[in-house]
Amino acid sequence: MKTQALAILIILGAIAFYLCTYVVKETDQVILTQFGKPVGEPVTEAGLHYRLPFIQEVNRIEKRFLPWDGPANEMSTKDKTYLIIDTYARWRISDPMQYFLRLRDERSALSRLDDILGSETRNAVAKHELIEIVRTSKDRVAETDKLLTEGIGKVGLLYSIKVGREKVEEEIFKKAAAKLTGFGIELLDVRFKRINYNETVRRRIYERMVSERQQIAARFRSEGAGEAAKIIGKKERDLQEIESESYKRVQEIYGEADAKASAIYAEAYDSSKMSAEFYKFIKTLETYRDVLSSDVSLVLTTDSPLFRLLKSTEVSLPSAVSAD
Amino acid sequence: MNEPIEIRIPEFIRNGLILWVIIAIAVISGAITSTYTVQAESQGVVLRFGKYLKTVEPGLRFKAPYGVDKVYVLPVRRQLKQEFGFATLGASNNNQFSEPRTRTREKSMVTGDLNAAEVEWIVQYRISDPRLYLFNVLDPEGTLRYVSESVMRTVVGDRTVDEVITIGRQEIEEEARDRLESLVNKYELGIGIDQIQLQNVNPPPPVQASFNEVNQAQQERERMINEANGEYNQEVPRSRGVADQKIQASEGYALKRVNESLGDVASFKSMLAEYKKAPEITRTRLYLESMKEVMPKMGKKIILDEDASQILPLLQLNDSGTGALAR
Repeated sequence: MKTQALAILIILGAIAFYLCTYVVKETDQVILTQFGKPVGEPVTEAGLHYRLPFIQEVNRIEKRFLPWDGPANEMSTKDKTYLIIDTYARWRISDPMQYFLRLRDERSALSRLDDILGSETRNAVAKHELIEIVRTSKDRVAETDKLLTEGIGKVGLLYSIKVGREKVEEEIFKKAAAKLTGFGIELLDVRFKRINYNETVRRRIYERMVSERQQIAARFRSEGAGEAAKIIGKKERDLQEIESESYKRVQEIYGEADAKASAIYAEAYDSSKMSAEFYKFIKTLETYRDVLSSDVSLVLTTDSPLFRLLKSTEVSLPSAVSAD
Repeated sequence: MNEPIEIRIPEFIRNGLILWVIIAIAVISGAITSTYTVQAESQGVVLRFGKYLKTVEPGLRFKAPYGVDKVYVLPVRRQLKQEFGFATLGASNNNQFSEPRTRTREKSMVTGDLNAAEVEWIVQYRISDPRLYLFNVLDPEGTLRYVSESVMRTVVGDRTVDEVITIGRQEIEEEARDRLESLVNKYELGIGIDQIQLQNVNPPPPVQASFNEVNQAQQERERMINEANGEYNQEVPRSRGVADQKIQASEGYALKRVNESLGDVASFKSMLAEYKKAPEITRTRLYLESMKEVMPKMGKKIILDEDASQILPLLQLNDSGTGALAR
């Protein structure tokens, strides 16, 4: 019977242990309430803790950072561009008691976050121009593909900014964080998750993009035609140059050769009176040979040196044939 | 009715057998709940009564039974990835890709020249600190998706559409990685970012045709230039050759002209030398030789007596219109 008593004792002990203790997880913090009223400090240390059975109730509160996913809202920027903006935030319960007293659960906390973050986002967006929400670093200069965008208006350039996306996010963060501390909530971060044009704006943007690209394409085509024309022009020029230069050179060569030949002839034929005479004589004979042909009729008298002998036998030829 | 009520206690309880059975069940369940295995790629995080106790390496491990110790096993050595704007089959984790209907919204972005682009990318990461991963942020991987989207838009928002689509890809990957890493560290997600890779980056579909047109125009430009160059190369070298040919020919002429003159002069000189020896005879000889040669070639030959030259007009030189009269 001793063992039975022991068994009962053990079981009762286990039940008592279960009722008097509770576990706080690493991800939790606990507020004990006695008939709905908080008792003592919130328990933030993980592990096994004691409580009074039955009368103390354990209220678990998240210790981790929690998500807040804002709805995708349509809002207007300062320059009246309609955007669909989707934000997110991470927050945690930093003062569990405050949180417990004012909000009690996550659902009401999230709805408070919706209100505060939603309105702060709207305010911040309305205060800035579209580009301030899109761009971040003021001093960044876009790398451009010279080939693509040179000479076409604003294509390939970034719009300049004064504030920038991160500063706008910070603005929202600061204002919202201040409003949330009263609820025992610490805001870790707020950011724009998505920014998109609304339907009508988007159509306008697309039209602009198309027209920009058409400009670039047109420039490419005209550049091509221009370059080609330049090359053809150079071709014509080069052809003329080559042909005229060769003509010039040929004429020079001819001239030089003729001059040289003349000089050679002159030097030889004009060397003495006799040689000049002899030249005239043989050249005349040569010319006869070339000029006289079958369609030439020749009338000679017996007085001519050639036929003189027909009438007389006097030989006095040499004086008659003079090299004149 | 004073008969005592007999409570029948079964034999095995009286023997204490049930106690043994309970003890046996307790021991067996204790044994089962006190062992666990950590796979090679993982680490185990052990909690005792909900409080962090230790992190253990792979192998067969023991813990306190009956839910006193709790173990979370995390694949810390596995590279995980998240896809944005698209999805491949076979997810390695629940957060690998988003729902099909949000994918389009996920990838459409506004660029710094206020154009639009569609950007698809992946993030490769690891669980680097299991303790932070488990206890610091609720749903760290879901949070990573949010942060990654925000970061990618921040980076794309600082670039022109041409940078995003073509020339700036690598720079975007690097900057996005750095920014994502610093935010992940700020949030203490217990995640380490390995890298970000851009996948398809395109202009929005309604605009795509005009982007293609630019490419075509660029090709067209090259083609026009090439064709013109072709024409140039077809004609100019040939013309150079022809010019060269003409010059060579003229040089040939020059040589011929000079050589001929030299030849003529040489023959003249030797004739002259002979002539000088006997001028009269040579002259007569040459004259007669020429006459001998010339005379037969000619047509009508009329030899008149000197005194009968008056009849000349009576002769009909009808064969040809030309005549030669030598005196």
